Amino acid sequence: MHKSETKVVVELKGITKNFPGVLANDQVDLEIRTHQILALLGENGAGKTTLMNVLAGLYKPDGGQISLNGKPIEFHSPRDAINNGIGMIHQHFMLVESLTVAENIILSLQSNALSLNLDRVRKEISELSQKYQMPVDPDAYIWQLSVGEQQRVEIMRLLYRGADVLILDEPTAVLTPNEAADLAAVLRNMADEGKAVVIITHKLNEVMSFSDRVAILRSGKKIDSFLTAKTSKEELARTMVGRKVLFHLERSKCNPGKAILELENIEALNEKGLPALHSVSFKVSCGEILGVAGVAGNGQRELAEVICGLRTAKNGRIYIDEEEVTNCTPYQAIDVGISHIPGDRLGVGLAPNLPLSDNLTMKAYRERPISRGFFLDREQLQIFAKNLIQTFSISPPTPETPARLLSGGNQQRLILAREITANQGVIIAVHPTRGLDVGATESVRKTLLEQRERGTSILLISEDLDEILQISDRILVLYEGKIMGILPTADITLDEISLMMAGQTLEKFNQPIPATGSNP
Amino acid sequence: MRITFEKRLERSRLSIILVPLFSFIMALLFGAVILLAFGVNPLQAYAVMVKGSLGSIYALSETLVKAIPLMLTGLGVSISFRMLFWNIGAEGQLAMGGIAAAFVALFLEPYIPSFLVLPAMMLAAVLAGALWGLIPAALKAAIGVNEILTTLMMNYIAILFVEYLYFGPWRDPEGYGFPGTAQFPKSAWLPIFTGRVHIGILFAVAAAALTWFILNYTKRGYEIRLIGQNPRAARYTGVNISRNIIVVMLLSGGMAGLAGMAEVSGIAHRLYSGLTSGYGYTAIIIAWLASLNPWGILLVAFLMGGLIVGGDQIQIAMQTPAAVAQVLQGAILFFMLGGSIFANYRIRTKNNREKNTSGAEQHG
Amino acid sequence: MDNAFIISILIITIRAGASLLYATLGEIFTERAGILNLGVEGIMIMGAATSFSAAYYADNAWLGLLTAIIIGSLLGLIHAFLTVTLRTDQVVSGLAMTIFGTGLASFMGQRLGPGRSTMVGLQSPGFERFPIPFLHQIPILGPSFFNQDVLIYFLYILVPLLWFFLYKTRQGLKLRAVGENPRASDSMGINVTTARYLYTIFGAILISIAGTHLSLGYLHGWAENITGGRGWIAIALVIFATWDPVRAVLGALLFGGINAIQFRMQAAGTTIPASFLNMMPYIFTILVLVIITWWEAFRKRIGAPAALGLPYVREEKD
Repeated sequence: MHKSETKVVVELKGITKNFPGVLANDQVDLEIRTHQILALLGENGAGKTTLMNVLAGLYKPDGGQISLNGKPIEFHSPRDAINNGIGMIHQHFMLVESLTVAENIILSLQSNALSLNLDRVRKEISELSQKYQMPVDPDAYIWQLSVGEQQRVEIMRLLYRGADVLILDEPTAVLTPNEAADLAAVLRNMADEGKAVVIITHKLNEVMSFSDRVAILRSGKKIDSFLTAKTSKEELARTMVGRKVLFHLERSKCNPGKAILELENIEALNEKGLPALHSVSFKVSCGEILGVAGVAGNGQRELAEVICGLRTAKNGRIYIDEEEVTNCTPYQAIDVGISHIPGDRLGVGLAPNLPLSDNLTMKAYRERPISRGFFLDREQLQIFAKNLIQTFSISPPTPETPARLLSGGNQQRLILAREITANQGVIIAVHPTRGLDVGATESVRKTLLEQRERGTSILLISEDLDEILQISDRILVLYEGKIMGILPTADITLDEISLMMAGQTLEKFNQPIPATGSNP
Repeated sequence: MRITFEKRLERSRLSIILVPLFSFIMALLFGAVILLAFGVNPLQAYAVMVKGSLGSIYALSETLVKAIPLMLTGLGVSISFRMLFWNIGAEGQLAMGGIAAAFVALFLEPYIPSFLVLPAMMLAAVLAGALWGLIPAALKAAIGVNEILTTLMMNYIAILFVEYLYFGPWRDPEGYGFPGTAQFPKSAWLPIFTGRVHIGILFAVAAAALTWFILNYTKRGYEIRLIGQNPRAARYTGVNISRNIIVVMLLSGGMAGLAGMAEVSGIAHRLYSGLTSGYGYTAIIIAWLASLNPWGILLVAFLMGGLIVGGDQIQIAMQTPAAVAQVLQGAILFFMLGGSIFANYRIRTKNNREKNTSGAEQHG
Repeated sequence: MDNAFIISILIITIRAGASLLYATLGEIFTERAGILNLGVEGIMIMGAATSFSAAYYADNAWLGLLTAIIIGSLLGLIHAFLTVTLRTDQVVSGLAMTIFGTGLASFMGQRLGPGRSTMVGLQSPGFERFPIPFLHQIPILGPSFFNQDVLIYFLYILVPLLWFFLYKTRQGLKLRAVGENPRASDSMGINVTTARYLYTIFGAILISIAGTHLSLGYLHGWAENITGGRGWIAIALVIFATWDPVRAVLGALLFGGINAIQFRMQAAGTTIPASFLNMMPYIFTILVLVIITWWEAFRKRIGAPAALGLPYVREEKD
């Protein structure tokens, strides 16, 4: 049906891209063909988006060559790329909400003509709509459109500019299942018409149902590529994740006590108003670490926020030590004993310009001896801060230093110091070792294990599978806001986790079974 | 090769001193050029200004007098700015304070024991200013209405209200043509130290101390600073932002209100047209120049007062318009604004695309 | 109420409202690009002062206008440089402009007269009123609208022109995009910096012309504090007009009219309601603000340009 005269339109050879401290793309070769939908598969940090950003003119490669229709070419800006027929649709749409669809499209045209020519644009939009079966109302305001419709506008924009190669970055991340199906149809139409389509994704379902070919990136390298029809999810998952060497930390046997943190059928929406969590239910007991695995963007952030009072749960209940705390304020959450190590260190966890001492006391400032009634006892504050600095080996050890001058590792130590000291039984840790070096990473994990010894319930949300496998007692996999499975670490293999992370439901885990208690 | 500005990690020590100094000098030079263009000897002019504002006890006292309302409003404004709440409404809050104080002085005075008149006026003024500030605060806290625009509008309403009062129902029947109310009874006059310096100066110093204390030694102050530094972190740690908005504006408006009381009670002893002469806006400049530091604000307000008095002196001694003070003020500001860029940013020329932030977060 | 009375009210309303309208239109365009210019009062009075003195010495009102345009451009350039390139705080920068402008204008007013004297009392050529043939004979509307000075006539053309520009041309579309979403605009190839400079300067020019109309048209003379806070009113009017040029006309007429009525009333002896009448526009503006902010959808359709007041920093491309 779609194998006709496909030919190579873009060839990437040996593309290398460096960022400070990170080799994002390492000698990547890739072929993009007309009449084909290519899926670029890989975990976070594999380098897929970077590679496509290079192709779309956003980055200059440090090495390698891009060829367009056989001729080598260099792009200096996204505009260059579009002028050559290559366009990319990012996860964050670049649309002006208060203007209409037609107006947005006009804006992206290069002409300097004075007049708007709305009618002509409207006509062409209709024609394109017809051609690709993509209904788009030229006079609708962007803010009136659903996310799926906005995405179509973005696609329309590229088509209008005559793009022959369309790249979509995680296109279904913001879509409902129905919209995703519609998108698949649209993309298929485009491919049939001769366009070359590339979708960047980490979802196996998408790969299998959307694409004709799939290329897999891992840690910046292109590992392999397959014809979709000839491969399987298992093969893809394995290639995507690879074999990893895990270093071991001592972990005593888990003796979970009673369930402290309990979620029952939690439903929540994300920023765009789309469902982020579906019927999430689980329990975490005393002295247990429950690791939440999953590719970023599958509801982890929303999960942490809902528990900590930073996001409303539309449905469901949350209990701490059997007391209901659903939809409490952040203050109440803290009061009831939840400590939160946020994923966004600088943006949420710290006040970068304030000194260490102020950052360390962000929780403790409400209590004696640091405060009495209205008043803040600075001396006590300093003593408290100095104590923490010493206990957690934060460097530099001067309390007056502004937090932003600390290294990432020390910043994380600061946050840990604060949260653990305030810990009253529940810790929600989100990407606690992101961006840290080996030494800092180890010390953070050790600290979490120590807290576990003390009987704390810890919910560990991380993109780092190593980490999850290393210190969690049980593992929960989140995909598109749903729990794919919860099982003791010992009973689950890496392959199985990878599959679940990529959306595959496994017979083995059809019923998510909490480790303790019965199904709610 | 492109030139871009890149934020410095740390304000270079040197620049914190050098930049204001340099800006000040540039402003003086610029002012000198203007003066020359109008046939005025700048050296002579500056000399007169300095002498007239700082050169004698009398001069100093006049400077202080001008500085007092600037100090109070500057402090009030600085508290709200700490929280990134842009209170442009100090002008109106001051006016409302003046009105409230005048009300007590003109109408309630007969019913209050004389030693309570001043405290009553102070209380009324603080409350009036606070309530005036409360309205935009509540709108922001509840619905998120832009406070720059609301506080600005409230200014006009207050100014018009003052006008209405002293042109209308409160007009002094023996006014001799000067728009204003009747003079306050003696019990409503702020006592004087020397010259015209009234105890309002104590209010200012007390306000500075209070501001400094609140910001550094109370839980509320901690929260205010935290919100200003990183509102997301504040929310994450359970700080009630709405409540803080309200508290801050009550304080901010209250101080401006007190300034209004000090003006009507200490200087003019009546409610008069000169009450709203831009203190509220100058206060913003002062707060900004002093980097929101309470003691700095006292100093800068003092200097600003000196500038204004100096300008008056130039008018008297050299027949040169007093407006030169404003020109200088504006020039100083422009150069300071321009100069601050060097303190906070570094110029980078883009030949090679070197990214240079420290502690780079994991990409992806 | 007879025709003569209506006509006289209309005339004053239009004359009083004209300078407000110029300033409001200018500020609308500046804010549409995302820049808040609180220096309107300063720029306006500088326009008034410079145009008056130029007209006086050159004995030509048009040269006065030209001078005002040049000065407006200069002041606009300064504000743009500070806020767009140096990214300083827009509020502080605007206030500095106001303080500086009013100070310098006052200075000039006292010193630019012949022999370094005051400009008060000087007579200069100005923009006189003249009737437009045929049109001015239309009952009621004729004598009110078509017996004005050339700057006001220019407004009759300017407003539709600006409306057309904003909503019916590509450039206008770009302007609307820049203030709403500078990042998206940048990604679409619009030069945000250029746009902001352009419209800040353009706005300042119109504001300066507003001042010219005061000193060479409506009030025709120089007085200390000739602008009397009109610059601040214009800022309020921009919100009242929800950033739309046509609605700005309404607002300017309203504020101008209130001024006119109050004038009449004062002449007739009653002053009491005047101040309260004058308050109404500001109260209305606050209400408009509240409604706009509350009704989200409303905001997206006609509202403050979302990026107003925020400096745009193009994210460093990695």
